Amino acid sequence: MLEGITSEAFVMGCSAIGAGLAAIAGIGPGIGQGYAAGKGAEAVGRQPEAQGDIIRTMVMGQAIAETTGIYGLVIAMILLFLNPFV
Amino acid sequence: MEETGKMGLQFALGNQQVFIHDTLVNSVIIVLVLSIFFMIMSRKIKAADPTKPPKGVVHILEIIVTGINSYVASTMGKKGKGFEPYIGTLAIYLAIANLLGLVGFTPPTSDYNVTLALAIMTFFLTQFFGFKTQKLGYFKSFTEPYAFLLPINLLGEFANPVSLSFRLFGNIVSGALIMGLLYGALGWFTPILAPALHAYFDIFAGLIQTFIFTILTMIFISGAMED
Repeated sequence: MLEGITSEAFVMGCSAIGAGLAAIAGIGPGIGQGYAAGKGAEAVGRQPEAQGDIIRTMVMGQAIAETTGIYGLVIAMILLFLNPFV
Repeated sequence: MEETGKMGLQFALGNQQVFIHDTLVNSVIIVLVLSIFFMIMSRKIKAADPTKPPKGVVHILEIIVTGINSYVASTMGKKGKGFEPYIGTLAIYLAIANLLGLVGFTPPTSDYNVTLALAIMTFFLTQFFGFKTQKLGYFKSFTEPYAFLLPINLLGEFANPVSLSFRLFGNIVSGALIMGLLYGALGWFTPILAPALHAYFDIFAGLIQTFIFTILTMIFISGAMED
């Protein structure tokens, strides 16, 4: 079955699969950011006058929670565009 | 990124081909435009009458400067005195750099060179002000709470610029990448859907990342300045 495929094409296909798998890292930040947003909404409901501070703290925490997802994205992009294994 | 790889300045220097990526060209253009704009504006501000209420561009600039001053003061407190110009410059440069994707240029922050340079500046500022305010106590703070945690503390310190630069780079480049894919996929619906997507990926994400980068810079610096 693999006879017609060059080794380079095989490595590039596997890299594409790896990039797809790396993008699964997006699950974690998704859950984390949603949780932070929910807690932020709760806090605003309890203390509407502190909305500005709550939103600032929430956005900052979400941006830090996003880091792991960004690492996954960067690995996916390296696999797709830089082809380190070819 | 194959398409963007070919854009930029290309010229022959002696018998060597020199290639300057367009992100760097755009970056230099932003710096030049901002420098000239603020040189003209500072002359205008000096000529303005302080007893009368400001008007026109001077008024807008006053709002921006007041906003940046209160932003730095609310995040860093007393330690932030003197950091307003740096944080303000960083904020204005990053905001314009991130929004450059809207007008069809490659945003400079979609190049890892640019974001890494900015993050390294933050890193050295953190180390410098940590050492300046705490002297040798700053190095001792790495051995706390236990001396055997020194490698982990050092690793955590060096992870800061890496995560800072990758966060900005990843957000901007993923926005540009998704917009590129969507322009290919949407076809006839592009004129209807593209403005909303640009509003999210370019304006919202760009301004949020500007905010995050500046606030994290301030937090790192004021954290190292603990007295």
